[in-house]
Amino acid sequence: MTSTGRSQANRGPSLLLVAAGLGLDALASWTMAQQSYRWLPVQASTAAPYVDNLFALETGIGTFILVGCSAVIAWTLLFNRAPKYDLDDGDPIEGNLTLEIIWTVIPLLVVLAIAWHTIGINRTLATLGGKQRLATAAPLTSASLLATGSLPMAAGSLPIATDSEDVGPIQVIARQWSWEFIYPNGVRSSELHLPVDRQIYFRLISMDVLHGFYIPAFRLKQDLIPGSVIDYRLTPSRQGRYRLRDSMFSGGYFATNQTDVVVETGAEFEAWLAAAERAPLRPSFNAANEIWQQRLAEGNRGWATVPPAPPPEVNVSLDPQNSHEA
Amino acid sequence: MASSTSSPSLDPRVLKEPLPMPGPQGNWRRYFTFNTDAKVIGIQYIAVALLFLLVGGLLAMIMRGELITPPADLVDPTVYNGLYTMHGTVMLFLFLFPVLNGFNNLLIPPMIGAPDMAFPRLNALAFWLFPVFGVILMASFLVPGGPSGSGWWAYPPLSTQNPLGHAINGQLLWILSVALSGVSSIMGAVNFCTTILRMRAPGMGLFKMPIFCWTALAAQLIQLMGLPVLTAGAAMLLFDLSFGTSFFKPEGGGDPMLYQHFFWFYSHPAVYVMALPIFGIFSELFPVYARKPLFGYKVVAIASFAITVLSLIVWVHHMFYSGTPQWMRNVFMVTTMLIAVPTGIKVFAWIATLWRGSIRLSTPMLFCLAGVFNFIFAGITGVMLATVPVDIHVGNTYFVVGHFHYIIFNMITFGVFAAIYHWFPKFTGRMYYESLGKLHFILTFIGSTLNFLPMHWAGLMGMPRRVASYDPEFATANVLASLGAFLLGVATIPFLLNLVSSLVRGPKAPPNPWNAIGLEWLLPSPPPAENFEDDVPTVISGPYGYGLGRPLVEDQERFERRALEA
Repeated sequence: MTSTGRSQANRGPSLLLVAAGLGLDALASWTMAQQSYRWLPVQASTAAPYVDNLFALETGIGTFILVGCSAVIAWTLLFNRAPKYDLDDGDPIEGNLTLEIIWTVIPLLVVLAIAWHTIGINRTLATLGGKQRLATAAPLTSASLLATGSLPMAAGSLPIATDSEDVGPIQVIARQWSWEFIYPNGVRSSELHLPVDRQIYFRLISMDVLHGFYIPAFRLKQDLIPGSVIDYRLTPSRQGRYRLRDSMFSGGYFATNQTDVVVETGAEFEAWLAAAERAPLRPSFNAANEIWQQRLAEGNRGWATVPPAPPPEVNVSLDPQNSHEA
Repeated sequence: MASSTSSPSLDPRVLKEPLPMPGPQGNWRRYFTFNTDAKVIGIQYIAVALLFLLVGGLLAMIMRGELITPPADLVDPTVYNGLYTMHGTVMLFLFLFPVLNGFNNLLIPPMIGAPDMAFPRLNALAFWLFPVFGVILMASFLVPGGPSGSGWWAYPPLSTQNPLGHAINGQLLWILSVALSGVSSIMGAVNFCTTILRMRAPGMGLFKMPIFCWTALAAQLIQLMGLPVLTAGAAMLLFDLSFGTSFFKPEGGGDPMLYQHFFWFYSHPAVYVMALPIFGIFSELFPVYARKPLFGYKVVAIASFAITVLSLIVWVHHMFYSGTPQWMRNVFMVTTMLIAVPTGIKVFAWIATLWRGSIRLSTPMLFCLAGVFNFIFAGITGVMLATVPVDIHVGNTYFVVGHFHYIIFNMITFGVFAAIYHWFPKFTGRMYYESLGKLHFILTFIGSTLNFLPMHWAGLMGMPRRVASYDPEFATANVLASLGAFLLGVATIPFLLNLVSSLVRGPKAPPNPWNAIGLEWLLPSPPPAENFEDDVPTVISGPYGYGLGRPLVEDQERFERRALEA
């Protein structure tokens, strides 16, 4: 198969073969792009469709490249293999400037096009508000957060512009290893309740180390940085119960640091808030604490870790028995 | 072969100092001494690195044993954290960097016709730091509280919490070990760059140099530019941990984000420090086993430096979800995606090298082909991770773990295996067993695919990385990954068996068993202490002249005859 100098007459069938190959490749890419939606959790925020569409686009382009390259490699392995004991060299082709320019320029244009498209999506999503470093050197305590709205803020921090439909700001407080949510009316909970189709404002606060506020069904994640307060906003778009996970490694019992997000209708949300307001504060369920108590009971074996922070005092605790959709 | 050692007209580059333990070729004791011979140092690096590959692999298998079921039931979660931290640290700093420095030592001097490295004593010192920081890191398993459990990123404030309050703790030893590794790598980088730039054979211009040397130079320049930053960051972290400073502590006016910039300014380019030499190995091996010149040699060579430059301006893509402003995310997204262009050039050049070749599917070739296939896949997931909205969803999940294991194991370590098999006869003087090699390849390919492919799926569904326990919906992907990991453990058996039995009783290797073109193949197997000594061939044509019928050096037949007679 290493015969040099193919005649012009031969060119027709091979062009046809290449065209058929490209067609099949395009079909495979289209199929994979459609399939890619099934690898992801349900779409439960307004950001999710943008993320999934971009992922599908990239899956399609990626499949085209992977299948195309693999097909060429497979072709050479099928037809350009040296017979046993054949020590001949292959065609001494040293390069082809046209081809090299093509495979520099086309990938360049493709990635720039994806980048351009993505910058547009970024502008649409813009979930990240300002990040303010705390003006005070004193570490945050639960007591200083008790009166909502009295959060120590850096000078010049922007008030969040809200229209009447918007909800918040809800303070999200992460600790090693618990989540606590404080609503504008002062209600505290360790599972997050949100009304559907309303823009929600958050203030993300970490009391100790880095944490990550990550809701896979929303396709959104933002780190919580000790010493800073980060404004964040999102709009849930589908009712249901979803997981909220700590995504930035936070030590010892990091894996247990998850809770649920309950997205419900506006009326249900208001009713929940009102009921929660009447409920007394009590320590939340806390998985890290359970494991820690068990470890202490078994003689405190294992490697070093800071003890878990005391479970937050909340009006509504999360219930580990609930099942989540995603 | 050693008849010309007392020749009066010595090449000034030849080092003629008495060595502490030069010993004859067969003297195994020299591998345990402060030997300044680059080939001894190369084998020292590779042997110790392979030992640590086993350690890191064992840690990985305990982790996968924990993760085969959703709850944390095999080891305590704090132990899991220590295991995964040490797995990452061992694999990067005690396996990959040292094994690649081993290849630099073995390959660079013979490939360019130099007798040894430019600074042999510095070279030996750089190597001997490696067992020192290796022992320090392993010792951290024994201190109270166990080893560092803050991940190989060691992000503060977590890494400076020091729960037990001891002065000597796992995190301290971890920082010392990483800092010493950095010092050792800088010494190595000075040596490799100087050797490549100053000690090439007569006639070997930069554009007649093998691609492995191009990529080694491109990679070692990154070490020189990036490592000082990481080392400074590590020093500050050590002061925060042990001496009460607050470079990164918010309550003292510091900023934890600052550390992330120091860390990733080096640690992202570090991936290219590991990947570039593997690109070099692919570029060396495809021409040999396809019997064709490397397609577009000059462009492939220059693309290495495009990667070097771009690698230094992409680090913020590790911080897209860390409070980075939108304009900065956009800038670093574009620079990151641009890396696809020079790496794409290389991939297309390798495929074009196969085209109409005369392909031999020996073990090294199989590892190269699979490595390139895996690299294309990893490049695609890499571009996905570069785009901000996708990264916001899958960043810090198992998608990233799958992606970088595709790079670091399924591409880089495949390249390491390819290189070990390809140059094994040259530097040991023995042939390896082809059937054991193929068995090793098949088990490794199936094991690694089973291990790392399902991780992408778990990550897309929202499974965070670094967890000791997980929700039951991720169980299928994790069971598959664990089975793959155990299969990879099994795959090391034919590999080690092959290395040991070939070394002991493999058939004697001729100087050029693969009929390859390159200065190292004009030397006897194994090459004498100072390679060509003072009779260095004059290079008259570029590398990879397969099928072109042109000699590589003047008097090529004389060198070939001499190698055969040695």
